[in-house]
Amino acid sequence: MAEIVAGIACSHVPAIGVAMDRGMTGTPYWDPLFKGYAPAREWLAKLAPDVAIVVYNDHASAFSLEIIPTFLIGVAAEFPIADEGFGPRPVPVVRGHPALAWHLAESLILDEFDMTIANAMPVDHGLTVPLSITCGQPPAWPFPVIPLCVNVVQYPPPTGARCFKLGQAIRRAVATFEEPLRVVIYGTGGMSHQLQGERAGLINRGFDTAFLDGMTRDPQSLTKITHTEYMREAGSEGVEMVMWHVMRGALDEQAVEVYRHYHVPASNTAAGLMILENGVST
Amino acid sequence: MSTARDYDSIPGTYVYDSRRGREGYALNMFCMSLNSAANRARFKQNESAYLDGFPLSADQRQAVLQRDWLGMLKVGGNIYYTIKIAFCDGLTFQDVAGMMSGVTKEAYAQMMLAGGRNPDGNRHKGEVGKGEDHG
Repeated sequence: MAEIVAGIACSHVPAIGVAMDRGMTGTPYWDPLFKGYAPAREWLAKLAPDVAIVVYNDHASAFSLEIIPTFLIGVAAEFPIADEGFGPRPVPVVRGHPALAWHLAESLILDEFDMTIANAMPVDHGLTVPLSITCGQPPAWPFPVIPLCVNVVQYPPPTGARCFKLGQAIRRAVATFEEPLRVVIYGTGGMSHQLQGERAGLINRGFDTAFLDGMTRDPQSLTKITHTEYMREAGSEGVEMVMWHVMRGALDEQAVEVYRHYHVPASNTAAGLMILENGVST
Repeated sequence: MSTARDYDSIPGTYVYDSRRGREGYALNMFCMSLNSAANRARFKQNESAYLDGFPLSADQRQAVLQRDWLGMLKVGGNIYYTIKIAFCDGLTFQDVAGMMSGVTKEAYAQMMLAGGRNPDGNRHKGEVGKGEDHG
């Protein structure tokens, strides 16, 4: 049977992708951020998962305001790189895992999570930047990816509690897939940042630190943070952190933190990275 | 289930809720069209003519033509959409963030390097503290 072995929480700032694509990671501005990514890459290369579920949000790339899916799963064999307004990122096409993705779609819907299903969809920096951060710049991504989109652009996003429950349902669904796949799940976005309005540039290190600590100390209580609290405390775009709860819900209650990196600024954003491992499989 | 808009008390913040979604649909869908390289070229060639293809209000049209980034948010723009106009101009998120918050590019970059805008004084409209009241 398939099994979720680890979770990765990771910000998905577009400028991080630009820095990699343009060879600027060694500059004084970017070097401290990228130095902190190196141990995560080593850890992931050693783990060598069979497939990754990447929970992220689309940023007006695959979906406009015409259709706004709250939760969506990509079941395609391949996902092209989106043109977000400045040409597609020069990164490999993302290979999917249709067998597991369709299994998840069927299982989740019957488990009362009413997923939208995407057979064709480009993916944007929300998905590709976390892959770049954790895999570097390989000629092909080292594992197939199942994109799982959460709306956080049109208010209201799903609640943190709902996202956590979706993660729990993903865990149940993965556990009933017959192939013995080792699966990692990414929760992306955040941490504190505000890209809009006169209050742009807001960063809240205290909030972010408590959130990172809470991922292992008391993840359930983090799910009670309201959208207004995210926006007030962590910036209007900080509400993206609801997506971390999907990842967390898919892990063991007793999952352990094995790595953390936090850096301000990455453009307008507090960039966070955390790796959580499940216990020994039963 | 409550739909109280308690986030309206956050200063300098334009939450893209149903009110803005209804007002800003055409403006944001114009921005969405800029995901295509061919459309970007057409827009750059003749902005006014290109905008004729979208049912924008006079205020929305003016905000786009004048690159009034804050003004676009006030007439229903969503930053993930309006930023596509900035990309056409060769600007970054940080350039636009500086302009929206009313400081120079250098001052904004320096604020971010120093740890970002402090939430203290910036949580509630009218709050007295380190932040400013942006109404």
